[in-house]
Amino acid sequence: MDVLALLAEGFATSLSPLNLMVVILGVTAGLFIGAMPGLGSVNGVAIVLPLTFIVPPSSAIILLAAIYYGAMYGGAVSSILLGIPGASTAVATTFDGRPMAQQGKAGLALIAAAVASFVGGTISVILFTLFAAPLADVALAFGPAEEFALVLMAFTTFVGLGGDDKLKTIIMICLGLVLSTVGLDLISGQPRLIFGDMPGFYSGISFLVLAIGVYGVGEVLYTIETSKSSPQVTPAKITFGELALGIKAMGRIWKTMSFGSFMGFFVGMLPAAGATPASLMAYGVAKQTSKHPETFGKGNIEGVAAPETANNAASTGSLLPMLTLGIPGSPTTALLLGGMVMWGLVPGPMLFIEQPDFVWGLISSLYTANFAAVLINIALIPLFVWALRMPFTVLCSIVLVLCIVGGFAPSQKMHDVWLIAGFGVAGYLLRKADYPLAPLVLALVLGPLMEKSFRQTLIAEQGNVFAFVERPLSGTFIAIAALFFVLPFIKYLRKGTRSGIAPAE
Amino acid sequence: MLVADRIIAGAIMALSAYFMWHAVALPIGWEGETGGPGGGAFPFWLSLIMMLCAGGILLRSFAADAVASFQFDRSMLRSVVAVVAALVVCIALIPIAGAYIAIPLFLLWYLKVFGGHGWFLTLSISVLTPVFLFFFFEATLKILLPKGFTEPLFFPLYAMFF
Amino acid sequence: MAYTFTRRVAMGLAASAALVATTATTALAEGWKPQKPVEMVIMAGQGGGADRLARLFQSIIQKESLSNMPILPVNKGGGSGAEALRYLKDKEGDAHTIMATLNSYYTTPLRTDIGVNIEEFTPIARMAEDTFILWVNADAGISNLDEYVAAVKASGKDWKMGGTGTGQEDSLVTAMLEKEFGLEMTYVPFKGGGDVAKNLIGNHINSTVNNPSEQMGFYKAGKSIPLVAFTPERLAAFPDVPTARELGHDIVYAMQRSFVAPKDMPAEAVAYYTAMFKKLSETEEWQTYTSEKALMPAYLTGDDLQAYFMTERDKHQAILSAMEGNS
Repeated sequence: MDVLALLAEGFATSLSPLNLMVVILGVTAGLFIGAMPGLGSVNGVAIVLPLTFIVPPSSAIILLAAIYYGAMYGGAVSSILLGIPGASTAVATTFDGRPMAQQGKAGLALIAAAVASFVGGTISVILFTLFAAPLADVALAFGPAEEFALVLMAFTTFVGLGGDDKLKTIIMICLGLVLSTVGLDLISGQPRLIFGDMPGFYSGISFLVLAIGVYGVGEVLYTIETSKSSPQVTPAKITFGELALGIKAMGRIWKTMSFGSFMGFFVGMLPAAGATPASLMAYGVAKQTSKHPETFGKGNIEGVAAPETANNAASTGSLLPMLTLGIPGSPTTALLLGGMVMWGLVPGPMLFIEQPDFVWGLISSLYTANFAAVLINIALIPLFVWALRMPFTVLCSIVLVLCIVGGFAPSQKMHDVWLIAGFGVAGYLLRKADYPLAPLVLALVLGPLMEKSFRQTLIAEQGNVFAFVERPLSGTFIAIAALFFVLPFIKYLRKGTRSGIAPAE
Repeated sequence: MLVADRIIAGAIMALSAYFMWHAVALPIGWEGETGGPGGGAFPFWLSLIMMLCAGGILLRSFAADAVASFQFDRSMLRSVVAVVAALVVCIALIPIAGAYIAIPLFLLWYLKVFGGHGWFLTLSISVLTPVFLFFFFEATLKILLPKGFTEPLFFPLYAMFF
Repeated sequence: MAYTFTRRVAMGLAASAALVATTATTALAEGWKPQKPVEMVIMAGQGGGADRLARLFQSIIQKESLSNMPILPVNKGGGSGAEALRYLKDKEGDAHTIMATLNSYYTTPLRTDIGVNIEEFTPIARMAEDTFILWVNADAGISNLDEYVAAVKASGKDWKMGGTGTGQEDSLVTAMLEKEFGLEMTYVPFKGGGDVAKNLIGNHINSTVNNPSEQMGFYKAGKSIPLVAFTPERLAAFPDVPTARELGHDIVYAMQRSFVAPKDMPAEAVAYYTAMFKKLSETEEWQTYTSEKALMPAYLTGDDLQAYFMTERDKHQAILSAMEGNS
């Protein structure tokens, strides 16, 4: 089957005037939904899904792709401007995006995020086009042991993300992991840590609740205390000169971006892993391979570009197991999968053969949507930057309201809103006392994956702990993880001896 | 403020103990039957590590050369407490009086009393924000916000926009 | 200052709200219609079989305009549905909440005491019964039940059966299989049916008890083989797959897909929703879906449905206590 001919046919439909309108509408809506803390592509897709029965199917797919991409781009906007990651995939973007905004370089950071997302999206769609079918087998080779090894690898890449105080970093990682075990124990089917039978905890603690709490409410409280009336954010402005400068700066870090794209795609492709570990690993690798790792976390443009390329690439990658295996890698793809079932499509290995129109129509929509998303996003940057110039008290009050509503929206439980307030106060105090917050949030995201796959493997292997290293794929990942773990220490030792200072803790 | 450091470390230790107490409801050891750790093992042992580390921080703060990581601006602390209190009142009010009363009230307080802005700005934001929330969340995204006793007032709006 | 001003406004609002509320209740009597969007609580998380089906219902309702207000699905899957059950209990008398159920509707309150008695809820309609089939990987070289039993006996505890969690439907079927044939396998829980299906194809587990819809893609691609169906009759979509009963083993198990409402929902509202689901069950989309996905359409309402729930609950009680007796 000729891939290019099929793709060309797909393009013919996706570039019709009606469909172009749909793309622009979908991307813009997606951008705003994604930029709202608490809301992400999953909300956009959920709303549009029932509509897809009314419009022609080809336009429906395009609308979905447009919203999906738009929201993905939008997630970076709230990470950079407000420091609140709108989705777990955008946590890593806050590390350097937020400091850049505080230095008055919000415009530059937004451009970097947009360009990086575009690069990641484009490379991954190309990979998707060329290798979709064979890659499905790679996804199949991933059992629980491999999943565990992969998550372990993701963990080790952010060992260096904490502050200098190792004890505090360990506490925060443990706290995140413990919070991630709240809810139902999958293996025994028993509720655990529900704190005196509070039904709100049955479904566990959602990442969004913790992130909105510590980064949203906590950040506002912290800023109020450190500067009541004088805004800490340097007023940002945006000019064409800066735009050109931004794109030029992006040219210099093409290596980081292409690496992020490839890794994002492959990690995103694995069911159950998805875009969050991908963006973290891209950030970790960019930091560790950089000549100036100390500038990361303080507003390095590479620190924005790496996770953004990776998470966009991973979002495309996660479509692969959904289409070829029928396994959703994220809540959004789960909804898309539901949509496909309603259209009478059977996701699975036969989809590419039985429904080529659909598959290639979707892929060509991805190209179109990605292109439209980068243009619209850049066009809207002045508007986003303008929002930052609001008086400080106005901005803070609106952010707090968005935290409340955004925390309520995904689960529709007041319980979660209370948790947000609690996490906000705790996050503020912990931050004051120099406890690093990033490891806490990331541990909560990765914890359930890690515990589940660890215990599944041991059950399947009847308690054989060596199963993890005996299997070739997981063994390799564990070796890489070990390497990542010792790398910062080696660097540290080498630097220490070179400058003549004895290495000491 | 070494005291604050100690209080936080102590609070973390207490929290760990609380988690451990709840975790032992499920087996925390290596289970022969399933071949892996029990359901309570992860939370229990991780809480223990957390407790030990927090204990380490507590001990460290008593060392002679201990440096406080906590700096407080007492006058600003009052603002923080006020905002937290307003936030709590607002959240408590949402299920009773609905988001469309609690949120404008919160904004009014924040902008007028706390922020010291003029009436024009205060009122326009307090009115426009709920309007935006209604159209964005309810009319477009079909996510209903709590209304409390104001629910019946919204029936005509639902009829109009859904 | 701000407080006194707004408190008066709030009181005014409250008074007018009370006024509207009384007029609203009188309007309830004739030809009841929902006055606000209807919340459809789903007893499972996003992406699972129950969730997909509930969202299918939502789309058909919207497409065919079966309701004047939108139906809004909300997932409350925490604690195997305990979260949803508790939520529905608190909604007593509410006319704008319905819940999509599955078998955890009985098993969850039976396994842990969550203070919910399902007898109190108002039954609306049962839409279908989903079926279970025993699957193996096509490369395993097993083509019928006898070969399967022999293979499991030969490997003993090394045989891995995938499922969606202890106490879930497939674990009950697994327990029944073990009891019937005197087998002992290792049960590995995964997060959802799709995950289980994929792990079977990737050879990380040896067999599964999936719903047909979860394995359909792989089955059509020739990657998995159905061995036996746990249904009373052969399924139209799988005419060559024998039922367990045919082979002389009385294992029949189905997953009900129904809707229930909170305790004391106004009778007019119950009538409205029952009629809505009746119309839904007659739509073409629903009929095609059930035949393609090997679901057994089984529309049932009112007291018959409540009686069905009660017998099923007793049945599950028996299965669960037998399971606990074993281990």
